[in-house]
Amino acid sequence: MRDIGFIEAINEALGEEMERDPSVFIMGEDVKLGAFGATRGLIDKFGPQRVRNTPISEAGFAGAGIGAAMAGMRPVVEIEFASFFYCCWDQICNQAGKLRYMSGGQARMPITFRCVFGAMGSAAAQHSEVVYPQLLAAPGLKIVVPSDAGDMKGLLKAAIRDDDPVLVFEHGRLGFTRGTVPDGDHLVPLGKGAVKRAGTDVTIVAIGAMVPKALTVADEVAKDGISVEVFDPRSLVPLDEDGLLASVAKTGRVIIADEGHLRGGAAADLAAIIIDKGFDSLNAPIKRVTALDTPIPFSPPLEEFVLPNEAKIKAAVLAVMA
Amino acid sequence: MDTSAVPKEKLLDMYRTMVKIRRFEETVRDLFFQGQIPGFVHVSIGEEAVPTGVCAALTDDDYITTTHRGHGHMLAKGGELKPMMAEIFGRATGYCKGKGGSMHIVSYELGILGANGIVGAGIPIATGAALASSFRNNTAVAVSFFGDGASNEGTFHESLNLASLWHLPAIYVCQNNAYAEFTPTAESTSVKDIAVRGVAYGIPGVVVDGNDVLAVHEVMLTAVQRAKRGEGPTLIEAKTYRWEGHVVGEQAFVGEYRDPEEVEAAKRRCPIALFAQKLAATGFVEAAELSRIESEVERELQDAIAFAQSSPLPDLAEATRDVFAA
Repeated sequence: MRDIGFIEAINEALGEEMERDPSVFIMGEDVKLGAFGATRGLIDKFGPQRVRNTPISEAGFAGAGIGAAMAGMRPVVEIEFASFFYCCWDQICNQAGKLRYMSGGQARMPITFRCVFGAMGSAAAQHSEVVYPQLLAAPGLKIVVPSDAGDMKGLLKAAIRDDDPVLVFEHGRLGFTRGTVPDGDHLVPLGKGAVKRAGTDVTIVAIGAMVPKALTVADEVAKDGISVEVFDPRSLVPLDEDGLLASVAKTGRVIIADEGHLRGGAAADLAAIIIDKGFDSLNAPIKRVTALDTPIPFSPPLEEFVLPNEAKIKAAVLAVMA
Repeated sequence: MDTSAVPKEKLLDMYRTMVKIRRFEETVRDLFFQGQIPGFVHVSIGEEAVPTGVCAALTDDDYITTTHRGHGHMLAKGGELKPMMAEIFGRATGYCKGKGGSMHIVSYELGILGANGIVGAGIPIATGAALASSFRNNTAVAVSFFGDGASNEGTFHESLNLASLWHLPAIYVCQNNAYAEFTPTAESTSVKDIAVRGVAYGIPGVVVDGNDVLAVHEVMLTAVQRAKRGEGPTLIEAKTYRWEGHVVGEQAFVGEYRDPEEVEAAKRRCPIALFAQKLAATGFVEAAELSRIESEVERELQDAIAFAQSSPLPDLAEATRDVFAA
């Protein structure tokens, strides 16, 4: 086991997979420089053919990644910020997600899209959005949201090896965190959630950067004698329904913490699944702790006001325990 | 390009392809009106010289992407009539097991990376196939077929920029059929010749008579050579005309939007008739050879219809398969 940074984990995953498979290459805006560090230095090792700076043409290079995947490569395409997915929405939803199906299974689509997402401090509405709920509604796309360095590395490596389009959402705030990563070829299978803390009274299903917040709340309420289990689905598609429902069955109380919006979000989706399949286990209504249904504002107090945080998660825990 | 520059066998193959496209699409149109085909159908009758001339310069290793009006490209790249017809009928034996339909018939085995219901969406995909080929020393080229309408999509411009920048073995074939859906090209497009848009991206832009199969073939051969030498992409604008409407059956809702005389004038320049005249003038192609090809195509087509009609509809379990890799 080693202690490494979240971004270092991305960098290691990319380097190891490029080393392992010559059909893996990366492209995106400023990947040579590695503006945020994730791709830094890969150019020196793998050269300009496999580490390609693109013009600011999201639809063009997302589509080129898709075509390259169909023609034998295994591209990793960086979409700098999740909100930029809107600039290549057709290529992601209509092409990457559908071509295998529409062709009756003929198309291969081993492509990974990486992006930074979430509110990271006054980036305002167009650089702070979560975006995966909208993509969750588009069939044919796998979606992973790592919450720590170890999962980041293992999920990204698994995503690159996967034969379907996988969208990897890396929360900007997690970029500054460190975590332990197992040595060797560390893979985290898609569709396998993790109990990040075991407990018996209430489950907090937490996604991405909500996981460390949920763990903090769990520590706090433990002092009041409330035992919190933190379940991290890690991938939203495929979803570890068994793991999710097992945790719900164990505690009977559920908080879902996600930075997306309340309406139509991942929290709403998970809540519906729990109600459909785990209703009998519930001892209290499910509480969702999410961003308000507004664009994410710029000014710090406004941003803080609309986002989910520890205080809001804690209030929800106390409410379901009351 | 003169007929003497092409082997006789190849000339006859091209003729066969053009007749096949024409008769396939006339048949599909008629079957649609008979209510045998679900959904909607776009045909490219009158435009047969473009896919034929282009694909005659390609091998099975080369890639194409095509459009909602893609039957011709599919056939020219080697698509078989039976699974094509079955797909259009929504049958289990179709190329896509009945999950694609007329707008989306593809065969990856033949290097066809997608017919596409979204205008302009195939252009970056072909660019990506060319990018994949660039990792293999440009051994294959990737052709994107699209219409005049798609040349106003951002994906067209983004793709040309990328391919030029990276010297990709891509060939962009704009099949300008004079109408984008129901709007004349002149009303939607800022330039008279779409080929001039190549200048903006530092690549050759060539205008060619899209009703002259050998002329199309000739510019394609040049573009393929350039692509395989690693010199980058070419934009070809093949000017032709869409004899039929945007979508089969549109008369029921859209009304008249073209001057009938304009359509009649286009029909007088039938690409198949023009090619037949050229073949007749060679002295080495007999009229009987052409009629033999026509009757062979006819027989093949009837077999394909019978195959489609007698094929089973997909099992309902098929609806949830192929969303992800097995």
